[in-house]
Amino acid sequence: MTDVGTDSDRLTRAEHNEPLLEVIDLKTHFQVEGGIVKAVDGVSFTLDRGKTLGIVGESGSGKTVLSRSIMRLITAPNVITHGEVRYDGRDLVTKSSREMKAYWGVEMAMVFQDPMTSLNPVVKVGRQMTEHIRHHLGVSKSEARATAIELLKSVRIPEPEVRIDNYPHEMSGGMRQRVCIAIALACGPKMLFADEPTTALDVTVQHQILNLLRQQQKDRFMTMIMVTHDLGVVAGRTDEIAVMYAGKVVEKAPTNQLFADMRHPYTQALLWSIPKVSQPKHTRLNAIAGRPPDLISPPSGCSFSPRCPYAQEKCHIEEPPLTAGAAPGHQFACWYPVGSPENEAAWERNLAAGVPQTLAAAGKLTATEELLETINLADDTSDHEGAGA
Amino acid sequence: MTALDAQTDSISITDDDAPAERQGSTPIERPKRATPLQVFREMPIVIKLSTIWLLLVFGGAIYAKIDTVLLNDALPLQNPNLQTNNFNPATGEFGDGEPNESWSSAHWLGTDTIARDTFARIVHGAWVSLIIAMVSAGFGVVVGGFFGSLVGFVRGRTETVTMAAMDVILAFPALILLLAMVSIFEVRSLTVIALVIGFLSIPAYTRVARAGSLAVSQREFVLAARAIGTKPMKILFREVIPNVLPTVLSYAMVAGAFVIVVEGSLSFLGLSVQLPTATWGNMINQARGNLKVNFAQVFWPSMALVLTVLSLNSVGDWLQKRAAHRGSAL
Repeated sequence: MTDVGTDSDRLTRAEHNEPLLEVIDLKTHFQVEGGIVKAVDGVSFTLDRGKTLGIVGESGSGKTVLSRSIMRLITAPNVITHGEVRYDGRDLVTKSSREMKAYWGVEMAMVFQDPMTSLNPVVKVGRQMTEHIRHHLGVSKSEARATAIELLKSVRIPEPEVRIDNYPHEMSGGMRQRVCIAIALACGPKMLFADEPTTALDVTVQHQILNLLRQQQKDRFMTMIMVTHDLGVVAGRTDEIAVMYAGKVVEKAPTNQLFADMRHPYTQALLWSIPKVSQPKHTRLNAIAGRPPDLISPPSGCSFSPRCPYAQEKCHIEEPPLTAGAAPGHQFACWYPVGSPENEAAWERNLAAGVPQTLAAAGKLTATEELLETINLADDTSDHEGAGA
Repeated sequence: MTALDAQTDSISITDDDAPAERQGSTPIERPKRATPLQVFREMPIVIKLSTIWLLLVFGGAIYAKIDTVLLNDALPLQNPNLQTNNFNPATGEFGDGEPNESWSSAHWLGTDTIARDTFARIVHGAWVSLIIAMVSAGFGVVVGGFFGSLVGFVRGRTETVTMAAMDVILAFPALILLLAMVSIFEVRSLTVIALVIGFLSIPAYTRVARAGSLAVSQREFVLAARAIGTKPMKILFREVIPNVLPTVLSYAMVAGAFVIVVEGSLSFLGLSVQLPTATWGNMINQARGNLKVNFAQVFWPSMALVLTVLSLNSVGDWLQKRAAHRGSAL
C-alpha cells in the first residue's frame, strides 16, 4: 500500500487543499478492425476534495469509458490510453493493474448502473461484503460481519441482520443498489464513481438512492463523480457539470451557472429532450435529431454540427476549442454559443434555409420519419445540409 | 430555468428522505431451499421414472459391490461369475441352472451360454457403468471445468494454447484414440479404463466451461469485484466458477450418458474391462452369436444400457432447463 503515497505527503496535500483528482488531456482509444474508436478524446478537468462532478451525455458519448479509464478498469488488449490522471498527486495512467489494487476499493470505488447484474447471483450478499472487508482491512470473520451489518444499516436496509444472509435475487432492485453502495463504501474510499446509479431503478427509488448517495458523500467527505444521461439527476446534486459529446467535454460549468446560462447547443438540446410534467398528454418527445456520431470517423469540424440547429459553414469545417466563458469556471466549445446574437442570427438563417434539424427544433417538423426523409434528401442533393446557403 | 424547475419536479415525487424500501414490520419471507422430496414432486412423470431408474441402477451397483467385496456373497444376489450348473463337491449335487435357461423364479432373467445368472450379471455390470460415468464426470468437472473457467476468464495466450491442445485431443476419433490408449496398458482393469475415458472427456468439459466463463467474465459483478480490488484468482473462484458450475454439472449428466455408451462399445469389442467381469457391453457381445436361441441375453443388458442413457439424458436436460429458468429470474 506504500505506493499510494506516504501519509505525511498526503496530509500536506490535503491541508493545502490541492485537488484530489486532476485529469489532463485523457484519451482512451480502442483499436478495432475499422479504425480507432475515440471513446474519450482529450478530456481535462480537476476535482476538489469533497466536491461532486456530474458527467452528462447520451449513450455513446464516452462518459462510462471516461469514468472507467480514470479508475483504470479498462483492460482490453486493444486499448490505447494517453494523458494523465493525477490522483492525490500521483499519475495513475502509468500504474500496472497490480499497483492499482492499492487504490481499488480503498481509495476509489464504483457503483454500477445495473444492480441486477453487479452482484454475484450465487453468493449471499453478506459474504460478498465480508470477504471484501476482510481482504482490505484484515479483520476477523465476526468483526467483518458486524461491519457489514453496520454498513447495511447506514444505507438504510431494514433488518440488516436478516438481509445479510439473503441472496441478491431475494432483494428488490433498490435494495440491491443499496447493497452495491454499501460494498463500494465498505473500505472508506475517498473517491466514489457512480456510473448511472439509478438508470435501472424506478423513479421513486431513484430519488431515494440519489439522496442516499448525497448523504453518504457528506458523512464521509467523499469526492464523487456522477455519470448520467439525465440532466435532472445531476441538477441539484452536483457542484459542477461536464457535458460530454463524442468523447469530448463540450461544456463545463458550476451546476447553477450551467442551468442559468447554458451556452452549448447540445446542453440545451439535452435539457429540451427531458419530458416535462407540465406538458399536455401525448406531447411528442423532443428528441435530438440524428444519431450520436461515429466515433471511428467523427464528422469534421464540431462533432455536434450535423445535429445542431444552429450549425453554420464554419461549424462543419473548424472544430471549436473549449474556451472560458464570462462566468468563472464556465467553459464551452461552440462558435455560435446559445444566447449570443450570432447564435440568434444563425437560427434565423437556418430556419429560412429550411435546415431539417432546425425545423425539427422549432417544432415545424414533427414526425421522426419525416425528419429522416428530409435529412436523406438533403444528403443526396447538397454537400452540407444547406448551411448558410 | 422553467425547464429545470419542471425537471426537478418530475424527480422529487416523494420527498420523504427517510425510510428506505416499504419496510414495515412484515417479516421477510425467505424462500427455503427445496428438499429433495419437493424437487421430486415437481418433476414431470417421465423425469420421475428416469430418476427412479437411475436410483435403482446406482443402488443396485452399490449393493452388488457390497455383496461381493464386504459380505462375501451373503446377500440374496447370485455371484455373477458362478456357473449355476456346476457340480458342488460339498453337497454332491449339481447347481440349479442350465445354460440358456429362460426366466424362472431361481433365475429371474434366465441364464447365459455358460449358465451364469443374467440378472446378477446385469446388476454387477451396473457397477462398471457407474464408475466409468462418475470418474469421467469427476475428471471432466474438476480438470476440464477448472481449465475452461480459467482460460475464459484470463483469455490471451493461455487460452489459445489450452484450447489448441484440447482441439488436438478432440480431433482424434474418440473410439480409436481410446483403443490406442487402452492397448498401451497390459492389464485392462476398471481403474485403467476409467482413467483413460476420464482423460478423454476433459476437452469437452473445457469447452463447455470456457463458453460459460466467457459470458460470466463479461458480467458487471466481475467488474465490480475488480473495482473493489479483489485478486484475480479470488474473482475466478468466487465470482466466475460458481456461476459456471451449474452448466458444467448439467452437462456432466449428458456426458455421463455418452461415456456409458462409449464403454459399452469398447466392451462389446472386448477391449474394456477384462473378462469374466460382467459389463453390459460384454454381455451383449457374448450372447450375440446366440441370438436365435436366447434373445433375452442380448435384450436385457441392452435395455439396461438404453434406459440408463435415456434417463441420464432426460434428467440432465431437465436440470439444465431448471437451472436456466432460475438463472433468468436473477
